[in-house]
Amino acid sequence: MLRSTLLNRLKVVVGVKRVVDYTVKVRVKDNKIQTANSKMSVNPFDEIAIEEAIQLKEKKIATEVIAVTVGNKKAEEVLRTAMALGCDKAIHVLVPDAQAEHVDPLAVAQIFKKLHEELKPDLWILGKQAVDGDYGNAPQILAGLLDVPQGTFASKVEVDGKKVKVTREVDAGHQVVELETPCVIAADLRLNTPRFPKLPNIMKARKKPIDTRDVASLGVDIKPRLTVETVTEPPERKAGVKVKTIDEFYDKLHNEAKVL
Amino acid sequence: MFRLSSLRLAKVLVLAEVAGGKVAPATLSAITAAAQVGPVTALVAGKDAQVVADALAKTKGVEEVLTTAGDHYDHGLPEEYAPLVASAVTTNGYTHVFAGTSAFGKNIIPRAAAKLDALAISEVTAIKDENTFVRQLYAGNAIATVKSADKVKFCTVRGTTFERAAPEGGSGKISEFPAVAASGKAKFVEDKISASDKPDLTTAATVVTGGRGIKNKENFKILEDLASSLHAAVGATRAIVDAGYAPNEMQVGQTGKTVAPNFYLACGVSGAIQHVAGMKDSKVIAVVNTDEDAPFFQIADYGIVEDLFKVVPALTEKINASK
Repeated sequence: MLRSTLLNRLKVVVGVKRVVDYTVKVRVKDNKIQTANSKMSVNPFDEIAIEEAIQLKEKKIATEVIAVTVGNKKAEEVLRTAMALGCDKAIHVLVPDAQAEHVDPLAVAQIFKKLHEELKPDLWILGKQAVDGDYGNAPQILAGLLDVPQGTFASKVEVDGKKVKVTREVDAGHQVVELETPCVIAADLRLNTPRFPKLPNIMKARKKPIDTRDVASLGVDIKPRLTVETVTEPPERKAGVKVKTIDEFYDKLHNEAKVL
Repeated sequence: MFRLSSLRLAKVLVLAEVAGGKVAPATLSAITAAAQVGPVTALVAGKDAQVVADALAKTKGVEEVLTTAGDHYDHGLPEEYAPLVASAVTTNGYTHVFAGTSAFGKNIIPRAAAKLDALAISEVTAIKDENTFVRQLYAGNAIATVKSADKVKFCTVRGTTFERAAPEGGSGKISEFPAVAASGKAKFVEDKISASDKPDLTTAATVVTGGRGIKNKENFKILEDLASSLHAAVGATRAIVDAGYAPNEMQVGQTGKTVAPNFYLACGVSGAIQHVAGMKDSKVIAVVNTDEDAPFFQIADYGIVEDLFKVVPALTEKINASK
C-alpha cells in the first residue's frame, strides 16, 4: 500500500449553497428581495471550497469528499454540480420552500454539526461567506459548536498527517496558523481557481445518488434568530457630470469638489 | 439617542483589537457604536494589554477596561479569544458584545456567539435600538433592518459608518479579568505583514484605485505617484490582485475592504457590483475610464472618458505644481 494512503486518509466535507448568481443585481420590492426569476448558481466561495477538496483527493491526501447543502428541492442542483466537479457523494438537508430563504448561519452550522457527528470528517471546507446574506459566519460558528480549530480566509492549505497549515488573508497581509484535524477551513478567493465541470462528468453526476434528509429528522430548530423588519434598496447615487478635458477634470475636482 | 425598549439595562463589551501596540481604528468605531446602546467595557488581552488599556481608559465613551494577561492571546487566535469572551459575558452579564469589522473581529465574534447559542450579526451599519440593527446584504444592494431574539447580541460593526471614538475625554477604570487556560487548539506560526508607508486603506481620507485598465504591475507606479502627492491610500480591484499587480490586502469590494473616504478616484475600473459594494459610501467619487459605458459612470460625481495613462500623470503634475 502507498505510504501516503497510510498517513493521509482524510474524509472531507464541503458545504455548498445555492445563491443568486453573483453577477445579478438584485432588486428590492414590497419589503422583499426579488429573487424569483434570477439566475442561481453555486456560491462562488463554495466553488473554491469544492476545488480545494478535490485537489486534496487528486493529491491522494483525501480519500472521500462529501458535498452537503441545506435548502429547498431546487438546491439539489448545486450538489449535482459539486459531484460533476469530483465530489464522491452528496447529502441534501431538505428545507420546506417557505422556510428556505431564511435559514440563518447558526441553523446551518447546527445542521452541519449533526452531520459531523454522523460522518466524523477530518476536514470541513466551507466558503468564507455566501454572497447573498454576506454574513461570513457559518465556518466560525461550526468550529465553535464542534470546539475544533478554524482556519478562516484561507489562501493556502497544506496538510501533513493530522496537521493542517493554513495561510490566512488578514488586514495587513497574511498570517500562518497550524491546526489539528478535525478542523474547519473557510476558503478565500485566492485559495485556488475552480475548474469547470466537463460534460461527461455532468452526465455521470446525474446518476450519482443524493442522500436526502428532512431537516426535521435532524432535530435542529431552524426558526430564524433574526426577524427581518424591513428591506430597502440603498439610497441611489445620481450620475454626476462627465467632463471633456483633463484640465476641466482637474478644475472640477480642485475648485468645485475641493478634493485635490 | 433612543429609549431603551426594555427595563433590562444594556451593558456592552467591546473586544479590543491591538495593531502595532495600539488600539486598532476598527475598535474605536465599535466603541462609538457600543456607546449608543449602553455603558461600554473594553476587553484587551495579551502582551500589549496593559499599555493599550491606558489608551482605552482615556477613550471617550469607555467606562471600564478589562485587561487579561496571557501569551496565548498575542496573535488574535479565535480558539483562545472565544472562550475568554464567553467567560466575560457569563461572569459580568453583558447584553451585547461588539467588535470592529476586521479580520480579527470577523474571525472571533461568530465563534464566541456560538459558544453562547447566539447568532452574530455581521457588519452592522446602524443601530435602531438595543435589539434592532441595520446591515447590508447582496453586495450592498439591499439594506435590511433586523431584530435579534438572542439573549446576548454579538455584532461586528462597519467602521466606515461609525465615527472613531475620540482618544481623549474618557476616564474608565482599569481592572484585571482572569485568563482562560490556553486551549492549544491552534498554533500561531507567523505573520507576513506587507510593509507600507502609505495611509491605511480603510481609514484614508483619499483613495486612488486601479483596475484592469492599468494593464501591468509596473504601471501601478503612476497611481502610487499620484497617491503620494495626495497622501492617499492605493486600492485595487479583484482583477488586478488576482493578476498579481497588487497584494490582496489592497482589494476594495464585497470580499475585500470597505472604504468610505472623502474622495475616491477610480482609474481603469469598470465598476462591477462587487467592487462598488466596497466604496459606494465615499463622499466624492471620480472615475477615469476609456469606456464611456462603464457602469461606474452611473454613480460617479465626476467622470472623464479618457486614457488613465494621460489623466493620472497630468493630475500628479498639476497637484505638485499647485503645492
